[in-house]
Amino acid sequence: MEKTQNNRAWFLVLPVLVVVAFSAVIPLMTVVNYSVNDTFGNNQFFWAGLEWFEEMVTSSRLHEALLRQILFSAIILAIEVPLGIFIALNMPKGGFWASLCLILMALPLLIPFNVVGTIWQIFGRVDIGLLGHTLAALGIDYNYTNDPLDAWITVVVMDVWHWTSLVALLCYAGLQSIPQAYYQAAKIDQASRWAVFRYIELPKMKGVLLIAVLLRFMDSFMIYTEPFVVTGGGPGNATTFLSIDLVKMAVGQFDLGPAAAFSIMYFLVILLVSWVFYTVMTNMDRSQSDIPEAL
Amino acid sequence: MAKITLRNLAHSYLPHPKSEKDFALKEMDHVWQDGGAYALLGSSGCGKTTLLNIISGLVRPSQGRVLFGDTDVTDAPTAARNIAQVFQFPVVYDTMTVRDNLAFPLRNLGKDAGYIAQRVDAIARMIGMEESLGRKAQGLTADAKQKISLGRGMVREDVNAILFDEPLTVIDPLMKWELRTQLKSLHRQFGHTMIYVTHDQTEALTFADKVVVMYDGRVVQMGTPEELFERPAHVFVGYFIGSPGMNLFDARIEGNRAHLAGGAVDLGAAYDPLGGHTQIGIRPEHAVLTAETGLPVRILRVEDVGRHRLVRAELDGQPLNVVAPEGMAIGADLTHVSFAPQKISVYADDWRVAARNEASAGGRAA
Repeated sequence: MEKTQNNRAWFLVLPVLVVVAFSAVIPLMTVVNYSVNDTFGNNQFFWAGLEWFEEMVTSSRLHEALLRQILFSAIILAIEVPLGIFIALNMPKGGFWASLCLILMALPLLIPFNVVGTIWQIFGRVDIGLLGHTLAALGIDYNYTNDPLDAWITVVVMDVWHWTSLVALLCYAGLQSIPQAYYQAAKIDQASRWAVFRYIELPKMKGVLLIAVLLRFMDSFMIYTEPFVVTGGGPGNATTFLSIDLVKMAVGQFDLGPAAAFSIMYFLVILLVSWVFYTVMTNMDRSQSDIPEAL
Repeated sequence: MAKITLRNLAHSYLPHPKSEKDFALKEMDHVWQDGGAYALLGSSGCGKTTLLNIISGLVRPSQGRVLFGDTDVTDAPTAARNIAQVFQFPVVYDTMTVRDNLAFPLRNLGKDAGYIAQRVDAIARMIGMEESLGRKAQGLTADAKQKISLGRGMVREDVNAILFDEPLTVIDPLMKWELRTQLKSLHRQFGHTMIYVTHDQTEALTFADKVVVMYDGRVVQMGTPEELFERPAHVFVGYFIGSPGMNLFDARIEGNRAHLAGGAVDLGAAYDPLGGHTQIGIRPEHAVLTAETGLPVRILRVEDVGRHRLVRAELDGQPLNVVAPEGMAIGADLTHVSFAPQKISVYADDWRVAARNEASAGGRAA
C-alpha cells in the first residue's frame, strides 16, 4: 500500500505544542532570560552573561543548602524505603483488613502539603502540641524552634509520616503481583524467610522500587512547603533546603538574576541525578538477563 | 522415603462446606506405597492438584490425616515434610544462575559445597543444561525454565516423595518423551515415591506402574494400565482411558444377557438382578463388525488412523466406535456388530458390577 504524505497532519499536534509552550517552555525561557540579565524592575534588562551562574556556583550559601538537601534526601530514602518494604511485607494480603490498611495508608498521601506542615507544627509545639508537650512532660528537652537537631528530627519524621505510605503501597502492589506458585516452590525448596525475600520478593519488587526511589528522591529534593511551614528553614539556616533558599532569594530579597541561575542549576541537578538513578537501575536489570554466557 | 497414607481425607475450599458438593476432594482412604511410580490421572478440576498440595503440605485438608510412614504430618509445614514438587508452570529464581537455581534446595539444607557441585552437575547432565549452568535463569525459554524446575525437584536425594503436577505441559514433544524416560530411569535408580499428575493418558500409562484415576473429587480406580483398560471400575475410566474411549450403552441386564436395541447380547457370565441405571461397556477394540450376527448398526464413516481404521457407527441412535483391523474390507454388507462376551463390562449407576462368578477384584473401588 502506498503511504499518503500529507504534511497538514502536523496541525494535529499543534494543540499539544501550544499547551506545552505555555505550561513549560515559555515559563522556563523567562527564567533563562532572568538568569543572564540584571534587572531593577520597570522591565529594564542589562546583559549579565554567566555572571549569576559564577556567583551561584561559588556561593557558600548555596553549597550549604545543597549539602543539607542531599543529607535530607539520603536520610529519608534510607528510612522510607526499608520501612515501606517492611510494612508492605506485613500487610494483610486480602479481605477487610487489607482494605482498611490501604485506606489508612493512603490518608497521609491525600493531605495537602500545607496542612501536613501545620499539623506537625502544632503537634510538635512544646506548649500546646501533643508530641512536644508529652516529650517535655517526660523530661526530654525537645524544641524544634531553637534546637537544630530537634528541627531536623521533626522534619524527617514528618516526611516519613507523610510519604512512607507511598513506598509501602507501591511495594504492596509489587508483592501482590507475585504468583502464589513462587511461594509454594520456595516452601518445597525449604527456603528461609530471608531467602524468600532476597530471591523472590525483592527481584519482583524491583520495578516498583525503582519508581518509588525515583519519586521519593525527586520529591524530597524539591521539598518546600512542609519544612517551610514547620521551621521556616530555621533555627538559623539549619533546615533551609534548596527550595526554601531559592524562595528567600527570589521573593524575600528580590535577587531575580541569581535566583534564576540557581533555579536552572537546581533543575539540572535533579534531572541529572534522576537520570543517573534510572540508568543505573535499568542497567542492573539488563546485565542480569542478557549475559550470553557460554552459549 | 516412606509410605504415604491418606486417612479419611477430604477437602473443601469453603470454610463451612454444607453438602458433599462443596468438597473439592470427597472423603477417601488411600495408600501410596514407598517407592511406587504413580500417575494421577483425571480431567481438569477433578481435584488432582488439591490432592498433591495436601500431600506436600501446601494445603491443609479440611478433614482426615496425612501420614508419612507412621508419622502424622497433617499439621507439619511443607518444609518439614522434605518433599519435592514440580509445578505445571515453571518457577525459577530469576536473579540466580541456572547453577544456583539447581543448588538452591541443597544450600537451604546446608549441604557442603563439594556435594552440591557434584549433584548439580549430575542433574544438569540429566536435563541437558550443562552448557548454560552459568547463565542467569531470567530470559530463558519456558521449556528451559521448566527443565530447571524439574531439576530442582530432583536434586535432593533423600526426599520422601517427588510430586509432579503436569510438569511437561510447556515442554516440546521430543524433549517431553526424553524427560519422561529420564524420570522413569531416575525412579528405577533411586526408588523415590513418585506421583505424577496428568490429564494425558499416554503420559500416565508410560510413566507409571500404578495409575490412579480421579473423577469429581474421588479416586475411582487404582490399577495397572492393563486393569484400567480391561476392567474399568467406573464409566469415567472407561471413556477416559483408551482412544477412543469405551462404548457405553443403556441396557437391561437379565442373568447372562443384556437387552438393548431390540436385541440381546451374551455377557459371558451371569449377573445378579441390578437396580438403577444399567449400562454395558465394550472397548472399540473388542467390537467386531459382521454381516448378520449381533446387533444392527449403521456405519457413518471410516477414519484411517494409521495402524488400524476407526469405524464411527450408530447403534440404536447411540454412537459406537469400532476398531477395524488393517486389511479388513469394510463394505455396505457390514450391518451388524458383535461384542466379545468376556470383554463386556456391566455398570450400574456408573460403577462396574462384578459377575456372579467373578471375585470381588475389579469391583467398586473405595
